[in-house]
Amino acid sequence: MQQRPGTPNDRAHQPLSTRIDRWQRRAAPYLFISPFFILFAIFGLFPILFSAYLSLQVWNPVQGLGTMRFVGLENYVFLLDDPWFWRSMSNTIWIAIASGLPQHLVAIPLAFALVMGVRSLRHPLTAIYFMPYITSAVAVALVFSTIFGTQFGVLNQVMAYLAQASWSAWLFGGLADTLPINWLGRAAYIKPAISILVFWQFFGFNVVLYTAGLATIPRTYYEAAQIDGASTRQSFWHITLPLLRPMIFFAVTFTIIGNLQLFDQPFILTGGTGGTAQSGMTAAMYLYRTGFEWLEMGTAAAISWLLFLVIGTLTVIHFYFFGRSGLETRE
Amino acid sequence: MKKFLVLALALTVGLAFSQTRLTIGVFEPLHEHIQLVLPQFYEMYPDVEVEIRTLGYEDHHNVLVTNLATGSGAADVVAVEIGYIARFVAEGGLRDLSAEPFNADQYEDLFVEYAWAQAQTPDGRQVAIPTDIAPGVMYYRRDHLEATGWTIDQVTESLESYLQFGRELQEQGVFLTVNAGSVADGLIRSEIPEGDGIFFAADGTPLLNSPRFVQAATVAQQIRQEGLDADIGAWSNEWFEAFRQGTTATELSGAWLGGHLQTWMAPETSGLWGTSEMPGNILVSWGGSFYGIPTQTPADKVDAAWNLVQFLTTNPEVQLEAFRSINAFPAMPETYDDPMFEEEIEFLGGQQARILFADIAERIPGVLTHPGDIIANEIWQSAIGEILAEGRDVQSALDEAQMLVQRRIR
Repeated sequence: MQQRPGTPNDRAHQPLSTRIDRWQRRAAPYLFISPFFILFAIFGLFPILFSAYLSLQVWNPVQGLGTMRFVGLENYVFLLDDPWFWRSMSNTIWIAIASGLPQHLVAIPLAFALVMGVRSLRHPLTAIYFMPYITSAVAVALVFSTIFGTQFGVLNQVMAYLAQASWSAWLFGGLADTLPINWLGRAAYIKPAISILVFWQFFGFNVVLYTAGLATIPRTYYEAAQIDGASTRQSFWHITLPLLRPMIFFAVTFTIIGNLQLFDQPFILTGGTGGTAQSGMTAAMYLYRTGFEWLEMGTAAAISWLLFLVIGTLTVIHFYFFGRSGLETRE
Repeated sequence: MKKFLVLALALTVGLAFSQTRLTIGVFEPLHEHIQLVLPQFYEMYPDVEVEIRTLGYEDHHNVLVTNLATGSGAADVVAVEIGYIARFVAEGGLRDLSAEPFNADQYEDLFVEYAWAQAQTPDGRQVAIPTDIAPGVMYYRRDHLEATGWTIDQVTESLESYLQFGRELQEQGVFLTVNAGSVADGLIRSEIPEGDGIFFAADGTPLLNSPRFVQAATVAQQIRQEGLDADIGAWSNEWFEAFRQGTTATELSGAWLGGHLQTWMAPETSGLWGTSEMPGNILVSWGGSFYGIPTQTPADKVDAAWNLVQFLTTNPEVQLEAFRSINAFPAMPETYDDPMFEEEIEFLGGQQARILFADIAERIPGVLTHPGDIIANEIWQSAIGEILAEGRDVQSALDEAQMLVQRRIR
């Protein structure tokens, strides 16, 4: 039997330096990528596994690690029967849809108009739309909580003006009786108020995604359509939308994941309480309150896993219906 | 001059030797008081340097809880408000001050009895020392009172007269109070049977649908339905704005509200305010704070930390200074005879308000605290919010609250 080079037997006869050199060549790649894996293990993998373990325990962190007590699935059973958990879940989905859907319905036509329209304005306008996205969510929410104020808020004052002024009374006059609206105090208005803020903050991000997506569509398609006599509207429906599908899929996935984890905006707008009747309390907020205000770390971990389950399920459904067809058009 | 020289000398000598750097974590407005009395402390302990860390009330406690939970990051001395003290009594995180080298029990007789007991574990370990207590009072705007022609005694005669006062204010376009919820908050804290807490009976049963809560919620709902309150959430920008602009006439609160109004919430309204007993002359304990030393404070700083705690809590001069500067009512009855109690307070239109506070404080019965107070209070706030804002039926909302609290304290 022929001896292959590199087997232990063979290596034993080689000088030490060659062996070190060989070892280095084999180990170096692993060494070079190890920082990522070490950091990921500490800051990514460990917390994930620990939170899964934690969700099966009852643990008050102030009492120390020793007080952790195994309770099996009790936290999950507790949550599935918890009125505030279900309320926070339905709030989350309500806000995700009410703020997410309009983002795309506005961003796609807007991006189309930016790319097709006055090209010199495209970049400055995109930058302006993008500004809210890179502004701190907390700062934005603080400003909006002033805008939404009942007595002194700008929004109510503008609406009151519109309801009175002669030129707009025919349209807004009906509002006069309901003004001023207590945006952040009434259960019925809290979710819309949060949705308005989230929509405003994130639609610019989608505009940027869609303008980038539109730029990849060759102009020759539009020119060909124009020669065949297609209107702008026809170009939009039959060229832009189908070719934009991969980007739509990507942007909607982002929205699903981001909106279901909403925390800063409702937290600031409702002063950390979730608002009247918890109508502004999202699942992420409930998780935070349970864990860090009420010190029920086990239950909080269980909320995080149930929330993950919901986000995972919705993403899979989205992928199943839109992902494959979306990705196919690329080929 | 001589004193200054001694101080300067002491500081220089102190700096030359190794300095102990202490941190103290407090919530607003305690930092203003500490800043004022620190020079006195440095005179006694020149080798210690104190850094004050200040946060808002809620942030301070949330950060403290997180710090104690993770075992790092807490200040060497921490302030704890009464709403949170039961949690640390029950769950630890603060050093046992009854033990060596502190022997805090020697100070027991200095303090109002119930304040001392609130920071004590069932087996007799003292985890924090009381610094202030808070008699519940009513702050009112003198200008609005005058405009109606009422006297303040007529207003506070009964709950009904308080509401009637609100109706007269309404005719002049002024609200009775910013949020009816604060009236409810006052009422649930009054007439608590001996041995019970605000939210829990002595045996730990939640009391959220007991007659006390039902009555409080019903009165508050009536105020809201008649449009007597401005319907503004407490501690919001609009709440502060209402105080600044004087759109409301009264506010039920702990005596400490005067300190907040004076220092940052509405300093420009100085002289327009007055204070009185609560409507119906109910007696309410509305707040109070403690200082404790976290278990994570390093051993070499514990002595200095304990010196600072003793300085802030057991020194009558310092307690009186806190009262003077931020309206933090002393937890030491021996201070109540001090002449400063007779001083006229400019912010309150020259009223001798401290005599009133002391009088109320000495009549307030003690209230038991329970580790579940924080959660119960949040659930109560949510219930009263729904009752007021959404007009929900009082009984059904409180029954749900009771059920939620019961589930939570499993």
